[in-house]
Amino acid sequence: MALLEVDDVRVSFGGLHAVDGLSTRVEEGTIKGIIGPNGAGKTTLFNAIAGIQRLSAGTIRLSGRSIEHARPFERARLGLARTFQNLQIFPDLTLLENVMIGCHPRVGTGFLSSILATPASRAREQRMEETAYDKLSLLGMADRAGELAGNLSFGQAKLLEIARALAAEPKILMLDEPIAGVPASEQGGIGDMIKAVNAQGVTVILVEHNMRMVMRLCDEILVMRNGRFLAEGTPAHIGTHPEVIAAYLGKESSHAQRP
Amino acid sequence: MQARFISIGKLGQSRRILALLWLAMAAWPFISPNDYVLSLGIYFLINLILVASLNLIMGWTGQVSLAHAGFYGLGAYVSGVLSVRLGISPWWGTAAAALVVGAAAYLIGLATLRLRGPYLSMGTLGFSGILSVLFVELVPLTGGPNGLSGITPYALFGIDLDTPARFFWLAWGVTAVVMWLLLNLYLSAQGRALRAIEGSEIGANTLGVHTLAYKVVAFTLSAALAGLAGALYAHFNLFASPETFGFGTSVLLVVMVALGGSGLYWGPFFGAVIFTAVPELLRKFQDVELLVFGMCMIAVLLFFPGGIASLIGHRSPPKPRTAPADHSAPPPSQSAQEHGDGAAGSR
Repeated sequence: MALLEVDDVRVSFGGLHAVDGLSTRVEEGTIKGIIGPNGAGKTTLFNAIAGIQRLSAGTIRLSGRSIEHARPFERARLGLARTFQNLQIFPDLTLLENVMIGCHPRVGTGFLSSILATPASRAREQRMEETAYDKLSLLGMADRAGELAGNLSFGQAKLLEIARALAAEPKILMLDEPIAGVPASEQGGIGDMIKAVNAQGVTVILVEHNMRMVMRLCDEILVMRNGRFLAEGTPAHIGTHPEVIAAYLGKESSHAQRP
Repeated sequence: MQARFISIGKLGQSRRILALLWLAMAAWPFISPNDYVLSLGIYFLINLILVASLNLIMGWTGQVSLAHAGFYGLGAYVSGVLSVRLGISPWWGTAAAALVVGAAAYLIGLATLRLRGPYLSMGTLGFSGILSVLFVELVPLTGGPNGLSGITPYALFGIDLDTPARFFWLAWGVTAVVMWLLLNLYLSAQGRALRAIEGSEIGANTLGVHTLAYKVVAFTLSAALAGLAGALYAHFNLFASPETFGFGTSVLLVVMVALGGSGLYWGPFFGAVIFTAVPELLRKFQDVELLVFGMCMIAVLLFFPGGIASLIGHRSPPKPRTAPADHSAPPPSQSAQEHGDGAAGSR
């Protein structure tokens, strides 16, 4: 049984089917890439898996358990963590505090013990802080832990989101264009980090436009076009798939390139 | 590992500042030349609870309540009416005030906080209007436009706390406890989650924070504290009048939170000082008061948008982040031009 099973999922906005009857499997411990031209429905599919976007039809199962009716915070507690293409950081919190929110699902302390600052709640606080430090260090940001996240550049804020998602210690890490907007010099480092996280057993789903990165990292790639399944397979398979080349990588195709 | 346990150190440091502040405030009765100045200190302490309670929902959590003066008034009237009409002890009345106001806010919160957007403001705007009408029209209970008089003072060990010199220590103690507990919350996982909701509700939700429950708890707690402040006010002032709790006061309270520093723990200290002192200083100018408040607000927005409290400590107002649309070196890939949708606005 695959870790994540997406079956016949449809997401419609009025008459437009942003995702139209899509099915795919993500095996545990793999890196799955999702590619496709702009408007192919990649981010909509992502939002549907994370629970931000309601399904019009279809099912999503995590470890065999149906999750399509679970709310986003419930899916987070079941082991899904994601980053956002256009950032959802907490600008008035420090970097450390941002990442500590990632540990939130696992602390399980109540309002009352927090208000009274019970020794148990303070001990949990310390554990969260240690975890958060580790994740910030992993992304080379530990020296800026006390700074406000609102002062970060776009690329650094993307790294912060990855650290925050990792702090949730998820089963599946979902990255929505992790290197878009990141300076070219830092892109390779992010790729290596994704590999390293995956080597520790975290399954990764990656939406990315940078083909070199997708081809280098992914075990399997799903190609979408107009909300539909176009092809799926290993990087070698996708790289030589004639329809994919025509639809997405093709030079004459009007789809992929923007003026 | 130089900076381990920032938040633990921060809690200790903030607690020390709070304790020192409270020790300094204990000198107020001794340096006050008369009862008028002493009572200003008491109003400051009550207003501090009030402004801090609004900061909890508006500043920390990012949901603006436009009924906080109404909650303050509801607390004052619940405890006042119980004392005047039924002869119930002010202590029980105060507990009832916090509970009733908290319960009202819980219901409003459940109905309006499900949706993202300004729905709490709209709901509380309506509730504020309803309360104003009730305060004026329920004449047999509230005394109507003439106000509610004959409220009994708190009594402790058989001594009525009916002079500023006696009441001060009650306000001093109660406000200390409230601000201490709020500080604990501010620097805890729960307080952090509330502040995260202010930054990005979707972000907090996808990280496992039950944002609806958190917003409802914060709003209930916030209103209950406003109700507590109202009860303290009623049993100090021994008189309650509807115009004190109108919509205009709610708006002023929002201004005080913003002036002090919205979402910052120390913000309400500044907001409450201004809220208490400025009307007294401007008393002889009558209606100019609102004009001056308005100009203060504009000045704050222009010169320190983070509020007065943002000027101390490291909390500088966040700089606008530049969108990545201008990065001149596109990544070397076949589809480098496809960054269009990724670049569409950073926040």
